[in-house]
Amino acid sequence: MSRLVINNLHSYYGKSHILNGIDLAVESGEIVTLLGRNGAGKTTTLKTIVSIVKAQQGVILLDDENLVGKEIYEIARRGIALVPEHRGIFGILSVEENLMIAINKKSPWAVEDIYQMFPRLKERRKNGGNALSGGEQQMLAIARALVNNPKFLLLDEPTEGLAPVIVDEIVKILGQIRAAGVGVLLVEQNLSVCEKLADKHYVVELGEIVYQGSQTEFSKQDDIKNRYLAV
Amino acid sequence: MNLYLFQVVNGIGLGMIYFLISVGLSIIFGLLNFVNFAHGAFYLLGAYLSYTAVSITGNYWLALIIAPLCIAFFAWVCERTLIKRVYHLPHMYQILVTLGVALIIQELCISIWGPIGKSISPPDSLKGVIAIGEFYYPQYRLFVIAFAAVVALLVWYLLDKTKFGALVRAGSEDAETVSLLGTHTHRLFSITFALGVGLAGLAGVLAAPIKGIHPFVGPEVLGIAFVVVVIGGMGSFTGALVGGLLVGIVQSVMSTLWPQGASLMIYAAMALVILVRPYGLFGRA
Repeated sequence: MSRLVINNLHSYYGKSHILNGIDLAVESGEIVTLLGRNGAGKTTTLKTIVSIVKAQQGVILLDDENLVGKEIYEIARRGIALVPEHRGIFGILSVEENLMIAINKKSPWAVEDIYQMFPRLKERRKNGGNALSGGEQQMLAIARALVNNPKFLLLDEPTEGLAPVIVDEIVKILGQIRAAGVGVLLVEQNLSVCEKLADKHYVVELGEIVYQGSQTEFSKQDDIKNRYLAV
Repeated sequence: MNLYLFQVVNGIGLGMIYFLISVGLSIIFGLLNFVNFAHGAFYLLGAYLSYTAVSITGNYWLALIIAPLCIAFFAWVCERTLIKRVYHLPHMYQILVTLGVALIIQELCISIWGPIGKSISPPDSLKGVIAIGEFYYPQYRLFVIAFAAVVALLVWYLLDKTKFGALVRAGSEDAETVSLLGTHTHRLFSITFALGVGLAGLAGVLAAPIKGIHPFVGPEVLGIAFVVVVIGGMGSFTGALVGGLLVGIVQSVMSTLWPQGASLMIYAAMALVILVRPYGLFGRA
């Protein structure tokens, strides 16, 4: 069992104060969502955890180790995998090579397991990353994170712009990932996806957590949804 | 007829040396987006080191191995201490810094080995000529073609078939995402820089018995390497190979047809390629 705990996290883009004291916690085998309007600080929270954006204050604890101040690759090696919104698929590498560069032999997912989970990727393993559809790219981005031996998976809008049938597939895969004991921190606009999957929800507004609750509590909170999530 | 054949084969040899120089420049630019104006100076230093190694040991083969390794090591130290500090700066500053490094290397070479050029002879086992029918050709020049071809094959394998190569290619597209997958990208950069510069050093060693060693050859070599990279396309292995051979053959054949225009024709070839394919023959936008 692992825990990822974030306390009083502050970060900036230049001079603008984006995160204003975020607190949240994710455990192994749990799917936690981070909800909120555009610009609330969801993506910045994910980027600060993996050190793309540097934290100016606060702690990020993976079990008992503070990750603040570590390099991006050091955090990745400790088992925190970010699947960014742009997915980060390398267009000049084949599907196979995109996976190969991420392989960590300790991961419970070998390439063969990945091809079983995503038969589509196996069919397209010789294709270049730039020849994939949006859905295939998203699957490859998740697959690549899995072969990297993650304890925690941070997903930034994984279903954005995808066809409903692909969204269903990704929901199913996320369920499998949770069942394997990985903790998932999910930033997602699609509320129905979130409510289908999540164990716990956080709502961010202006860089602060303004609500947290379990799925059963959250499902009754129509005023929270209206106040913070309605466009 | 034989004369042209001779010049074409000469051009292939010259082209393989140009390839070795340019492939490193091209990969360093592709991965690190870094302009290395010291590339020609490292070629020069490689040639001088081989001269010293041959003078001390009397063994060309030893020099062929040791000199490029020394250059790669020197490049690695240079990258760790200096070059890495200017990656984030605009190209102008990178040119300024590496031009400085090039001048330091050149002047060091002059103060150590003197302002007049040196020459080394090919190893005894390759001093003769080979006869194919009516066609006679120096053994050492054939050896250079064969040896460079083997090195080219190894570099291709490394870049195209290994995890290291995939990381280099991925890094040239998006280094941040590579580090998100747990790769220490700074180390990847250092190794690639050392490797690319080491190949330029190797080119210097291979060319020394053919072209001699002149302390002011660095800028000329750098210029040709840039022409090759522009023709072939930035960051492309195949581009460096095809571009290198093209420039080598054009230069060599033209030196028979129109000696005064040999250098001009290289730049004309480059201009033509830029007009038709602005990103080079094998470059990507």
